[in-house]
Amino acid sequence: MSIVEMIERLGALVLDGVVDLGDFVLFLLYSVLDVFLPPYKPRLWIRQIRIIGADSLFLIILIGGFTGMVLGLQGYNTLRRFGSEGALGTVVALVLVRELGPVLAAIMITARAGSAMAAEIGSMQATEQIDALTVMAINPVQYLVSPRMLAGVFSFPLLTAIFDVIGIFGGYMIGVGLMGAPSGPYFNGIAANMTGHDIMTGIYKALVFGVVVMWVCCYKGYHAERMATGVSRATTEAVVLSSVLILAFDYFLTSILL
Amino acid sequence: MSQTEINHAEASAQPRKTAAAAGNAIEVRELRKRFGQQQVLDGVTLDFPAGEITTIVGPSGSGKTVLLKHLNLLLRPDSGTIVIDGVDVTKLSGRALDAVREKLGMLFQSGALFDSLTVFENVAFPLVEKTNLPREEIAERVRETLKAVGLEGMDDKYPSQLSGGMQKRAALARALVHRPKILMLDEPTTGLDPARTRAIHELIRRTQQNFHLTVVMVSHDVPEVFQICDRVAFLHNGKARLHGTVAEVMAADDDVFKRFVAGRAAGEENETAL
Repeated sequence: MSIVEMIERLGALVLDGVVDLGDFVLFLLYSVLDVFLPPYKPRLWIRQIRIIGADSLFLIILIGGFTGMVLGLQGYNTLRRFGSEGALGTVVALVLVRELGPVLAAIMITARAGSAMAAEIGSMQATEQIDALTVMAINPVQYLVSPRMLAGVFSFPLLTAIFDVIGIFGGYMIGVGLMGAPSGPYFNGIAANMTGHDIMTGIYKALVFGVVVMWVCCYKGYHAERMATGVSRATTEAVVLSSVLILAFDYFLTSILL
Repeated sequence: MSQTEINHAEASAQPRKTAAAAGNAIEVRELRKRFGQQQVLDGVTLDFPAGEITTIVGPSGSGKTVLLKHLNLLLRPDSGTIVIDGVDVTKLSGRALDAVREKLGMLFQSGALFDSLTVFENVAFPLVEKTNLPREEIAERVRETLKAVGLEGMDDKYPSQLSGGMQKRAALARALVHRPKILMLDEPTTGLDPARTRAIHELIRRTQQNFHLTVVMVSHDVPEVFQICDRVAFLHNGKARLHGTVAEVMAADDDVFKRFVAGRAAGEENETAL
């Protein structure tokens, strides 16, 4: 391969990358814009809130509970070395509310609802159902993506809040109930040391993760190749990219909101 | 002028007079479309007269489905024009494009029924989403359309519970429920056995007559499909090589078309050898 050919290929790769990135960003803009444009379909919004939010509730409670229990166990054993068992509630709550709650809840929703969403939209693409919507003069982005975007923004903060609360009780159950940390300081410490800023940090993160997960999962499904392997690839890419972006955005948001 | 071009011109002469009298529902002029290095449509010029069934046939890769995707406005051409019901649609967007789309009904090769909806919900879908009709009227229209395609009593079934032929009928009902002027069918009998293929062909003819439709159909059922259509357009290498009434096209002295029909009748798969 000559140097000119190598440069040509590199140029083509860069151009393709720029075009794909442009598509990716435009997809987000259109899907957000379409939320505010008529026709409004509250029926679709409620359905997606049920699928993304209500149907994820059991998983969030389960994972939130176990996460809190681990934090209670690890936190108690670590704090005991410094004689600070009384700070257990504060440590568990701050770690959950500021960091683990939004991140783990988002990753769990990605695994449960995001993957299903990418597979469903990808399958609709493969079987011409999205073309059918277009031919019926129905905007497929507005019909399929915008309600999911809205449901993500609505559901992620609520599920994160539930994750945090269950986690705090899980930490209490193990740290206080099983390991013997003092009961009073657990909740008093949270009330004394948790600020509104801490809570809002978690909420802001959950909002951003909601948009990111819906954006990535819908985009990957919408642009799936029209074959069975295309759908499976889109689903895998959706979960992997969402998870990576959750952690990347978490770092940037943390550095901004600290 | 080559022999093929003479045949083409002769075959086209009579139908053009008919079309001029009845008016064309769709007029395609010098349509070109390229995907990467491949020129899929290379100057297609065709008329689709109102109130008639025109079947587009041709070997695999000749551009049949790509042409149909231009006619139903899923693809934009690189150059050329498409006039649907008197409107040049190649430059349209937004509401003007939607207004033209509402005149079209489309039956996709796979049926493209929504998996999560019942037959009734699938057929009602265009009316629910695009009109303000009362529920009772929508229900009445849906039942009437399901009856027209022979799917009475199947309202509550899901697409996965239907046979291939029934799925096509349900998809046809969905394409018809908003009373389009033009019906487009992309290989409507793919995957069906000969008996079901005949039944779907008869249904298409009956539906066209009952609903006074212009029908544009892409089909590989050659020569069986010629029994129900009025006109044939033969696409080859991205061009409309022949077009005219069935009798005219069948009588045309064109070796490529004759070999295509003979190959199809013999069930040959290797169409690209043409």
